Amino acid sequence: MQLTVWTYEGPPHVGAIRIATAMKDVHYVLHAPQGDTYADLLFTMIERRDKRTPVTYTTFQARDLGGDTADIFQRACLDAHERFKPAAILVGASCTAELLQDNPAGLAAALNLPVPVIPLELPSYQKKENWGASETFYRLTRALLADRAQGFVRAERAAGKRPSCNLLGPTALGFRHRDDITEISRLLARLGVDVNVVAPFDASVADIARIPDADFNICLYPEIADVTVRWLERAFRQPTIRTVPIGVGATTDFIHEVVKVAELDPAVAETVIGSRLPWYSRSVDSTYLTGKRVFIFGDATHVIAAARIATEEMGFTVVGVGTYTREFAREVRALAETLGVEALISDDYLEVEARISELQPELVLGTQMERHIAKRLRVACAVISAPVHVQDFPARYSPQMGFEGANVIFDSWIHPLMMGLEEHLIGMFRGDFEFSDNATPSHLGSGHGSHTAARTVAEPMAAEIPARPAAAAASPGAMPPPTTGTSIIWATDAELELKKIPFFVRGKARRNTERFAILQGVDLITVDTLYDAKAHFGR
Amino acid sequence: MTVHAPITPAAGCSEPVVQRQRGQHAVFCGLTGIIWMHRKIQDAFFLVVGSRTCAHLIQSAAGVMIFAEPRFATAIIEERDLAGIADAHEELDRVVDQLLSRRPDIKLLFLVGSCPSEVIKLDLGRAAQRLDKRFNPGCRVLSYSGSGIETTFTQGEDAALAAMVPGLPASGTSDASLLIVGALADVVEDQFRRLFGEMGIRNVAFFPPRHSTDMPSIGPGTLMLLAQPFLAETARLLETRGAVRLAAPFPLGVEGTTGWLAAAAAAFGVQRGTFDAVTSGPRERAGKALARYEPELGGKSVFFFPDSQLEAPLARFLAREVGMRIVEVGMPYLHRQHLAPDMALLPPGTLITEGADVDLQMDRCRAARPDLVVCGLGLANPLEAEGLNTKWSIELVFTPIQGYEQAGDLAELFARPFNRKARLKVGARPSRTAFTRSEAESCN
Repeated sequence: MQLTVWTYEGPPHVGAIRIATAMKDVHYVLHAPQGDTYADLLFTMIERRDKRTPVTYTTFQARDLGGDTADIFQRACLDAHERFKPAAILVGASCTAELLQDNPAGLAAALNLPVPVIPLELPSYQKKENWGASETFYRLTRALLADRAQGFVRAERAAGKRPSCNLLGPTALGFRHRDDITEISRLLARLGVDVNVVAPFDASVADIARIPDADFNICLYPEIADVTVRWLERAFRQPTIRTVPIGVGATTDFIHEVVKVAELDPAVAETVIGSRLPWYSRSVDSTYLTGKRVFIFGDATHVIAAARIATEEMGFTVVGVGTYTREFAREVRALAETLGVEALISDDYLEVEARISELQPELVLGTQMERHIAKRLRVACAVISAPVHVQDFPARYSPQMGFEGANVIFDSWIHPLMMGLEEHLIGMFRGDFEFSDNATPSHLGSGHGSHTAARTVAEPMAAEIPARPAAAAASPGAMPPPTTGTSIIWATDAELELKKIPFFVRGKARRNTERFAILQGVDLITVDTLYDAKAHFGR
Repeated sequence: MTVHAPITPAAGCSEPVVQRQRGQHAVFCGLTGIIWMHRKIQDAFFLVVGSRTCAHLIQSAAGVMIFAEPRFATAIIEERDLAGIADAHEELDRVVDQLLSRRPDIKLLFLVGSCPSEVIKLDLGRAAQRLDKRFNPGCRVLSYSGSGIETTFTQGEDAALAAMVPGLPASGTSDASLLIVGALADVVEDQFRRLFGEMGIRNVAFFPPRHSTDMPSIGPGTLMLLAQPFLAETARLLETRGAVRLAAPFPLGVEGTTGWLAAAAAAFGVQRGTFDAVTSGPRERAGKALARYEPELGGKSVFFFPDSQLEAPLARFLAREVGMRIVEVGMPYLHRQHLAPDMALLPPGTLITEGADVDLQMDRCRAARPDLVVCGLGLANPLEAEGLNTKWSIELVFTPIQGYEQAGDLAELFARPFNRKARLKVGARPSRTAFTRSEAESCN
């Protein structure tokens, strides 16, 4: 058993619902008790969808358990087919029904429905939402294309015919998927590449059957589409573009990859490249961004992309990365190694909170969970990844991918930060009553994270962090060890001097000073120790 | 001296028509009650023993990320726990250790059963006894089931309260005391306590209490007034402890609140004059507050999908106090005894549907095209998109709506969809671009 306060991912059948809901004519018959119907509101409320999710829940009850839950399932299949007339039906069980072992696959097959029925085996006690979405998309695609895969021979693209591709991976309830598709379709059109099928988002069963018609696939969201594109590579000899075009650098790489795979004139690439991000980042106004310490957490795809943007395009220093996507842990570990930090592979929200508290970053790039944590710790935060919140479905066009996506990212990452001059003024006039500890900083909005609340939350969390080995603490760029377990005392005047440091860097100053004191073997921290430490570590 | 109930129930032909249905339900399970219960009892913690789905449900049903440390969590059952039950108990002990060492402020821990824990027959009652031996005093450990195969939405509160009943202290006296049963907003409790006090009823306790250390005592002198219509098991267990239930309509609206207070007043021998003196001010005030919404709501039709059990008293309120026309009252189940006073006040022939088949109910709703649909979050936007006005039923559970001072607020909740529609001069139907690709944006 795992103690869980908040979860990053739902169960795997929610991943399956994301595929079914994304599509136009697929219905999912889920053997599940009534409570599982909560999943509907994810789509109707968070994403503001205007149709019911295409899911029939059998909603069996305790009194049915001794009787025939299998019969309830079969009736639900027949009713769903009759009422909704889907072009394909997914069938499966949620966590509770999995324990009943009613065999939805066999029961549905026995009904001989006149549409494809695709059984899903989604082990609820092992796997999670993204895995469920990936598995569902794969099973669905494979089932609908099995016949075409038999003896498939790829014909050469006719001379003069524009190259075409499929955009694979966007789902319902995806982080900015709606706008990413638009942005990438637009980019491809300018390159001279047609989009054959987008799936599963807004795709029909007939669209899935057309996937092999394209020359290549673009795996936009590896968490969802990686397994499927691997099969398409084997079954239909379709190459895959794997660079995820988030950020200027990655989008540029993506374009070059498309040009190569689609055999386009390389000169066309230069005609489409352009974003405001590079100049905005180089303009002197952005000097204050230099070396801002950021912590990045989310799904693997968005974390990897964010790390590249943070380091190469914003000039930040990445002090920590992590992901809840265990399926892509290897990739995130490799990234962490190149950044010289430790990767946090965890879906334990408390562990993530402890790490952020320990690292004291100036900016957190994370999910809604990290936004929650950052508010409590009074650290700025921008959301870069699912799990999603109603705020992650903005009314405005707001992609993450492509060049417009890079513009959006520049804006959304710097808005939570204090601008350069504001920061200087606080540094110069610390005594101003509105800069006092109890005034809520403007960038955190009103009503949240009063100083006392932040401290009471931060302290117990810090107390849970085990002391780090001395070797790690001594390595350059590594974070200072926590204050627990040391016998260092702050002199009153040093404590007062510390309070003059703006709150958003005070925690870092405290930790650096204590770490310096340990290195120097000093027991009592004085004002001099404080400034000695400042000189030692630099900004 | 007795107080006459202000309204005499009409007899015979006015019985509501009850139809029963089975089919797909679209109602939350009892775990959802944790969302308000964990805030109501400030030193209690709810540990769901269930699956990732349970954890995701509570988090999602809460609708937002809660910006405070929640006093609930899930012990997620994993593959290896399913291998053997003995192992699951050891795992649970480990999780509880971990939890209580992290939260030493917790004085009452609920182990909450779920669908998976019920199906694998994990005996949480036994686990609670074992853990209670270890942690009590310091922390009491109780258990109940919030599983969706046994409970619907608000029945979770019933199960949680019922779990506390055996441990309530016995009162050493047979002197009359009043016990208000069912979670209410703190502000509403304070108002009721004031009104009872002014009537001279001073021995009043609320259950659940705000702190687990303030448990009310129960005995043969306990008279209980249910504040919520979903507390069947709690009431039954309190009756076995000697408490006597006072039949009353639920305290929604002026009429319901007056009937509810009057039931207590009658039982405590409050003089008619005193009762009127105490209630006339607030009644008049509430009447004024309601009058504002009558023109907006009067004559409009309303259709209830099943959700919280509050549907019958709400329908009674809407029909009798603001003049709405009731098309159908869907309820998850019908507790005829507890709801009898409200049912008797429903307009003659009101259609009540017990249980549901959500697809058939959608058909009836579309056919009736009511002016207002009260429904769950999964149906609201789809119905709005079909041009129907909706009110989320969950808001009626999470908002202080009981009592005189909230009668106007309650009417306002139903008036707001009309008010909003009247204000908006844009898009009667959602743009397809709300959740799909924009054609304009697709153009170069």
